[in-house]
Amino acid sequence: MLGEGLLKGLGETARNFAGSFVSKERLTTVQYPEEREPLPEASRAFPFLVYDGADWEAGLRCVACQICEKECPPKCIYIEKSKDKKPDYVGKPQIYPAKFDIDISVCMSCQICVEVCPFEAIKMDNQFELATDDRFGGLLYDRKELARSNEYYHKIHPTEAAEVDARLAEEKAKAEEKAKAVAAAAAAKAAPAMAAKPAEGAQPQ
Amino acid sequence: MKTVEEIKTAIETAVSGAQLEIVPNGSPSAEHSLLVDAAHAFAAAKFLRDDAELKLDFLSNVTGVDWLDKETTEKVKVTRPVEKEVNGVKTMVDETVEETKKTVTPGYLEAVYHLYSMAKKHGPVILRMRTGNRSDKVELPSLTPIWRAAEFQEREVFDLFGIIFTGHPDLRRILMWDGFKDYPMRRDYVDPDDYEYEPTAHDDVLKRAQAHLAATTTEAAQ
Amino acid sequence: MSESLLEAWNRPPTIEVDGEGELLEVAMGPHHPSTHGVFRMDVVLDGERVIKLKPVFGYLHRNHEQIGQTVGYLQMMPYTDRLDYFCSLTNNWAYALAVEKLVGQAVPERAEYIRVILAELTRIQNHASTIGFLTQEMGASGTPLMYAFREREKILDLFESLTGSRMMCNYMRFGGCRVDMTEAHLNAARKIVTGLPRFIDEFENLLTSNEILMARSQGMGVLKPDLAVNAGITGPMLRASGVNYDIRKVDHYGIYDRFSFRVPLGEHGDIYDRYMVRVLEMRESLKILEQALKDIPAGPFIDPKAKIRGFKPKPGEAYGRIEAPKGELGFYLISDGGTSPYRFRIRPPSFINLTVLEDMCIGQNVADVVVVFGSVDIVLGEVDR
Repeated sequence: MLGEGLLKGLGETARNFAGSFVSKERLTTVQYPEEREPLPEASRAFPFLVYDGADWEAGLRCVACQICEKECPPKCIYIEKSKDKKPDYVGKPQIYPAKFDIDISVCMSCQICVEVCPFEAIKMDNQFELATDDRFGGLLYDRKELARSNEYYHKIHPTEAAEVDARLAEEKAKAEEKAKAVAAAAAAKAAPAMAAKPAEGAQPQ
Repeated sequence: MKTVEEIKTAIETAVSGAQLEIVPNGSPSAEHSLLVDAAHAFAAAKFLRDDAELKLDFLSNVTGVDWLDKETTEKVKVTRPVEKEVNGVKTMVDETVEETKKTVTPGYLEAVYHLYSMAKKHGPVILRMRTGNRSDKVELPSLTPIWRAAEFQEREVFDLFGIIFTGHPDLRRILMWDGFKDYPMRRDYVDPDDYEYEPTAHDDVLKRAQAHLAATTTEAAQ
Repeated sequence: MSESLLEAWNRPPTIEVDGEGELLEVAMGPHHPSTHGVFRMDVVLDGERVIKLKPVFGYLHRNHEQIGQTVGYLQMMPYTDRLDYFCSLTNNWAYALAVEKLVGQAVPERAEYIRVILAELTRIQNHASTIGFLTQEMGASGTPLMYAFREREKILDLFESLTGSRMMCNYMRFGGCRVDMTEAHLNAARKIVTGLPRFIDEFENLLTSNEILMARSQGMGVLKPDLAVNAGITGPMLRASGVNYDIRKVDHYGIYDRFSFRVPLGEHGDIYDRYMVRVLEMRESLKILEQALKDIPAGPFIDPKAKIRGFKPKPGEAYGRIEAPKGELGFYLISDGGTSPYRFRIRPPSFINLTVLEDMCIGQNVADVVVVFGSVDIVLGEVDR
């Protein structure tokens, strides 16, 4: 019969219309921006720099190794190394970025900088509402605008951040152990000499 | 399916005068290709499509490759007579000297065709053609009358590499606009100086951006 | 193929003009809403009838091939997302496959399963939204498209929770995948797969026997099988014309030889067949998904010895191709021993499938051009690259 298919289709739309009042399955729209869907943990938008502690400048994990700058596909990262050094999270003196710019208008959120960073210093943010009326300067983020605390990182990517923290703690413990071992070795080296000296001094007596 | 060598002999017997060469592929995929001379390429391609055993009816991919002039320097030991004074008498003595010899292999443009068979479900057979040089002898026969799949792809190769396919029904630029002059996929293509603003410029881009800035500011001053 | 077809091609396709009134040349696009982006068709019309059609490309040309030759192998991976931005995961796979072929890299079993699961989910969401767009172009303003997008949303949510991004996934790596698909992700995929048959049934109830869809699509835009093969048409377009050629079955790339599924074929090669083939392919994809989700083994998701970045393949070349939702997607790489390819070529299915657009449109009404074009299923990011 002509029109049967149409009626069948209309039945389907009627089912969906009626269903949208009772079933969450059929009503999937949300009234953004008043309502928001929670973002999944892995969600990524643009990179940020992680810092430990309260002072963003002192706590930046980045050591300006420039690997991310080289690996970035659209070349949106610009880094200038510092002339002096400051201690990093294990206490080793390291170079820090005197300048660290990311041009968000060029960045394509590919996460390659995060993958290649050996210092867990750059991570992906999930903030995507970054509209600005300044076309050039407004989307060029310097290191102050990029810096986010480790707590913030924990807030947006809890599982990943916990893993990173565990790894860093392990590294730190290793480094401390090594430092201790080095100190102990140095002490051990010094000790026989120290022990020998009084002995030498003791002989003539 | 037949091996590349077998296909080569099959074409040579079917198309008289065709000069074929196997281009080895060094990668683990080991898909060697057949280089066919431009004069007999059309006949060879037609044979490949119509041969009952091969039946390569599906042309999957057409592309161009730009091979620049290659300058190779090698050290060669040359023995030649040198005049020498031995015991006060001038004689010719053979002496071996090491010389650096420069050879310039002229560059060429290459068109690569990947052929499969939909009827026999085998492939690929890779067919290559080379132009005489990169400037004035850039003509190759178009295979569009044999496989229409080549129509847009050959146009693209013409657009981006500048290979002129003779016999193509509609050879115009396809991705670039009609008034465009250069061939953007050639290895020696220099992209135009249009660096207006580049906040995170690097290396040579930075240099060019600065040059552009200098040029535009002097222009503005004048 | 017959010799007569060759001759027919070498002449410009002609059709009788009735001689009343004058011919009109119309530029459809590049901002026509039905052109899926920025694409232009220069159409010559005799009244309502199309007598000539020339596609004009290049409005979205970014020269991906040049980018691929300047950046390293890993750096190209996120750019492949931006080719066919509906199916970034299959693009990733095709590129990874080509590089793996070039360097001789094997892929662990679990990674192969993950790839199959993601590729088939991609295929389903692509086909669903393609049908949605197609009906939109027939005048069904939104309903089927919204239903399709509602299901697509669930798949994209899974992609986001797994890869971090809904469309620009950048997920596959040479020798595996970037992160593991955890049990939670697999359960989410299972949930989607159990829910999808109901959606496809509803979709078919809505459309398959709809008289308007049948009137607009049956016998329209017919593509003959010999022309389809000769013009290098691939994917659902080719199979709707009745040619049995599915690269999953022919090449058995990945682990497709382990799954039992059928290749749906059309009979008439018209728009309705293309619609039907896509619906049936969704059902076949569900079969593959069920098997893959049941069989997925434990193990590494990436070869731990695989070189991901900064590697230099031996001089040579490789052509890797997969059955992407739109057709055969291939990547052709030539290495000269450097860190970036000497030649990087993308074989885009959408672009080559447009070769026969003129042949399918000649003699149709101008309103049907839009529908024929919609049935080809293109994404301009891939056509213009």
